[in-house]
Amino acid sequence: MLQRYSFSNESSFLQKLKSFDFVLLFCILIVGIISSFSMYSTDGGEFLYHTKSHIIRFSVFFMMMIFLSFINIRYWHATGYIFYFFILALLIWASFFGITASGSQRWVNLYIINLQPSELMKIAIIICFAKFFHRIQLKNVNNLKNILFPIVILVIPIVLVISQPDLGTSILIALSGLVVLWLSGVNVKYFVYSTLVLIIAAPFVISFLKPYQKRRILTFFDPEKDPLGAGYQIIQSKIAVGSGGVMGKGFLKGTQSYLEFLPEKHTDFIFTLYSEEFGFIGSILLLILYAIIILRIIVIGSSSRSFFGRLFCYGFAASLFIYISVNMCMVLGLLPIVGSPLPIMSYGGSSMLATMVGFALVMSTKIYSRQLII
Amino acid sequence: MISSGEDSNVRKLSTINRRMFIISAAKVIVFGGIITRLFNLQINQNKKYLTLSDKNRLREWKLPPIRGEFIDYFGNVVAGNSEVYQLHVVPEQVENFKTLMVRLKDILNLSPKEFSRLVKKKNSQKPWETLVISENLTWEQFSKINFFLHDLEGAKPVLSVVRDYPYKDNYTHILGYVSEASVKDLNENENVKKNHVPGLRVGKSGLEKALENDLIGTNSIQRYEVNAYGKRINQIDHVEGIKGKKIRLTIDTEVQKYANELMAGKAGSVSVMDIYTGELIALHSSPTFDPNLFLHGIDSEEWKKIIKDPLKPLMNKSISGLYSPGSTIKPIVALSVLENDVISTKFKVYCTGKTEFYEQTYHCWKKKGHRSVNLREALKQSCDTYFYEAARLLGVDRLNETAKKFGLGEKVFDNMFIEEKKGVVPSTKWKKEVIGENWYLGETLINGIGQGYIQTTPLQLCLMTAQLANGGFKIFPKLVVEKNQKTYEEIKYAIDKNLEDFKRVKKDSFIEKGSEFFNKFSKSNYPLFRNPENIKFVLDAMYGSTNEVFGTSYKSRFDDPKYKYAGKTGTAQVKRITEEERELDLKTSQIPYEQRDHALFVAFGPYKKPRYALSVFIEHGGSGSATAAPIARKLFKLIVDRHEIREKIRTSNLMDI
Repeated sequence: MLQRYSFSNESSFLQKLKSFDFVLLFCILIVGIISSFSMYSTDGGEFLYHTKSHIIRFSVFFMMMIFLSFINIRYWHATGYIFYFFILALLIWASFFGITASGSQRWVNLYIINLQPSELMKIAIIICFAKFFHRIQLKNVNNLKNILFPIVILVIPIVLVISQPDLGTSILIALSGLVVLWLSGVNVKYFVYSTLVLIIAAPFVISFLKPYQKRRILTFFDPEKDPLGAGYQIIQSKIAVGSGGVMGKGFLKGTQSYLEFLPEKHTDFIFTLYSEEFGFIGSILLLILYAIIILRIIVIGSSSRSFFGRLFCYGFAASLFIYISVNMCMVLGLLPIVGSPLPIMSYGGSSMLATMVGFALVMSTKIYSRQLII
Repeated sequence: MISSGEDSNVRKLSTINRRMFIISAAKVIVFGGIITRLFNLQINQNKKYLTLSDKNRLREWKLPPIRGEFIDYFGNVVAGNSEVYQLHVVPEQVENFKTLMVRLKDILNLSPKEFSRLVKKKNSQKPWETLVISENLTWEQFSKINFFLHDLEGAKPVLSVVRDYPYKDNYTHILGYVSEASVKDLNENENVKKNHVPGLRVGKSGLEKALENDLIGTNSIQRYEVNAYGKRINQIDHVEGIKGKKIRLTIDTEVQKYANELMAGKAGSVSVMDIYTGELIALHSSPTFDPNLFLHGIDSEEWKKIIKDPLKPLMNKSISGLYSPGSTIKPIVALSVLENDVISTKFKVYCTGKTEFYEQTYHCWKKKGHRSVNLREALKQSCDTYFYEAARLLGVDRLNETAKKFGLGEKVFDNMFIEEKKGVVPSTKWKKEVIGENWYLGETLINGIGQGYIQTTPLQLCLMTAQLANGGFKIFPKLVVEKNQKTYEEIKYAIDKNLEDFKRVKKDSFIEKGSEFFNKFSKSNYPLFRNPENIKFVLDAMYGSTNEVFGTSYKSRFDDPKYKYAGKTGTAQVKRITEEERELDLKTSQIPYEQRDHALFVAFGPYKKPRYALSVFIEHGGSGSATAAPIARKLFKLIVDRHEIREKIRTSNLMDI
């Protein structure tokens, strides 16, 4: 059934261009434009450093995504492990020679740019797992050997990222990996067991956390307890969103961010600023855009003839969804504050690069949807 | 792929799709949750968060209210607000407070004491509250500051408003002074608390304190948008506060100034009152000081000078000084004996210069004695022997009753001034309660000449004189012109009507009891006597005292009927005079200052149509006729001369209403 279309894996450039997913492309572009405006607003309505570099990054990576889309999905599959180990190597490099900023050693200096390998690891882990489970038959999935390998693959980068320390990213890497494991048909009981173990182990884990991380978790349960200390971010973020109302305060009129009550408004709290200025309507619009993007990725995945493309698309869609919802729940006070950027919207090159690489693979899956991968 | 690949792949595919579906369901739920949260925050609780956001971004700055002014009767400002250059620092806007302070210390020549006071003050207030480095920069300092301003980040030279007393030492005791509000002031006065800003000055004594609620006004409020660090971004609005009420005094600055001039170098008090309206034309306590010295922190040298002055400049002697009234009480004693029908006006006493009583000798001021005197002569010549006898016959309790009626031993201004004293008019009951002893008759005798336990303030004596001079009717002294106060015409009418009623009632029947009797008269300006003829008699005797030969203040009389006045001298002993001293008969200048007699004089006039009463008191001034009466004479001329101008102002004000 799948083999029926096995011939036409080579098509002309025009055909490739035609099979581009323009809905996805359009939605990404719109979110990119929204993010540029938001960045302009965080700079206080001036065309300053953050806005400039964000727009440059978005444009460069967006173009890069389109170019990468034309790379056959086959090559992505072929280089999947190499890609993973390359990122892993960068992570190790970062652990020893990385640049330290705000108490965490997470950047490597690549002369042109400072890269945050942990962000790229989010994508690498999906590619790596997709490749791994691409070959494995369903009945063999739950073999001990086939379970242990991905766990090792997953645990190494997580440990590295936690030790940076960067709890937020490591949780997101773990979730991305687990999602692919889940999709690949790993037995439900493993998830149930490991969840139980996690719950039991949680108190011990928490006792190993840094004081500021502990405080964040405690603050989440009662932000008003310490309104000027750890609870400040959540409270100010909620005030900003809540005061936005239905229509928002208007572009460049978000007093909470303009008057610097919002912390990290460029990065993790960009949605707060956007929501304050554009209100409920604007927020829903952004959510719809994200939903369309996710939906398109799933549709693209489901039309792929290869398990690799399918697993990657499903995994990437789920991860994207996780990034978005973790970030939003965090700024809306539904989750503790862990560093997690909002895809495309947040300021940060590595995160943007990782997301765009992901989109490029999705596009490639679409263009080469009939490609069989042996 | 292996042989069974087809089938296996289909199963794998369906597993992946099924599991994807489960994840998608979870996605819908989570997105639904996020939307619900957004709805909840942005639509349901929008109001709450909008308020919180405003609270975040808006901060109010209260500016000090502008204090109401005092003007005299003629509209001259006697306590105003003047502009001064001040240096302010808002600590939170300063990067390095210490360096700034050290720089300022050099530029302004701050003393180490002043420097540590400022640092202490900075630590006690909030970082965004203004710290006043200097209250009053000289022009030199101000330009120096401006010259160095570029490297004094955070220092702000500003134009500010402070209290100013243009007549300097003339109104000191009436107005009191203002100073920075203390915790006590805040707790005492709700209004001060409400309008308080750091550095706010409030009244500490005198009218400044008594009328605080009228004077204080309300804050201007500036609302600023501030950022998360409290830095002002821009001004949102400005609510102009209400300036404190302008208070018009009854005082005539010219008379007040003249009183100050006449009393220069002496300790004492001058009070001048309108005998009908109770308006005080002048109320001066001497010596005085310049309250402007206190505005910007007095330097210790000046302060030492004031506090160590034996003449006690800080004390308002007019209302807080308690002294024996001496012979100035005699009109009241005379009135009391007549009112109580103790003696008739024809009753005579033979004065030999002294009288024996229970083996005690009581002396008359005139060693040789006055020979045979009746009541009028006794009052005119101030014969002590006569009044010993009169007091003995009268008894202390009946004297007490009359004296109290005329305002002695009671606060003149109720509880308006915290510093006002009540004084003492003794009675047998009083002595039992306060001292715990029985009354001795000998004490009645010396009470009759205003010595002994009796103590009055100079203003009480002025009120007493005024109430005699207006025919014996109650008046209410005032310092402030109020809108709804009774006019001179209304009061005069009430008094005349009361007098007429009185005569008619008296003609009709004698049976009525006291209470019923007094109910017939209007509550205000009610009569204080039983028989108006008695008042007339006393006033006539006082006329004699000033205008007839042998009168004690004959030397200080006016022959011109325009200025003719009647008065009564008083010389109050401050210690018992021993027999030896009596033999020596020293001149005032030969006695140590603290032991000299107090000189008093009360007067009213012009005699034909009295309008003003005054009392002059000179602490340790010697004899009343020699020192107090001449001052009263000079002052009285000015008062009469000023009468027409005052009337003009008064009637023109009347028309305004």
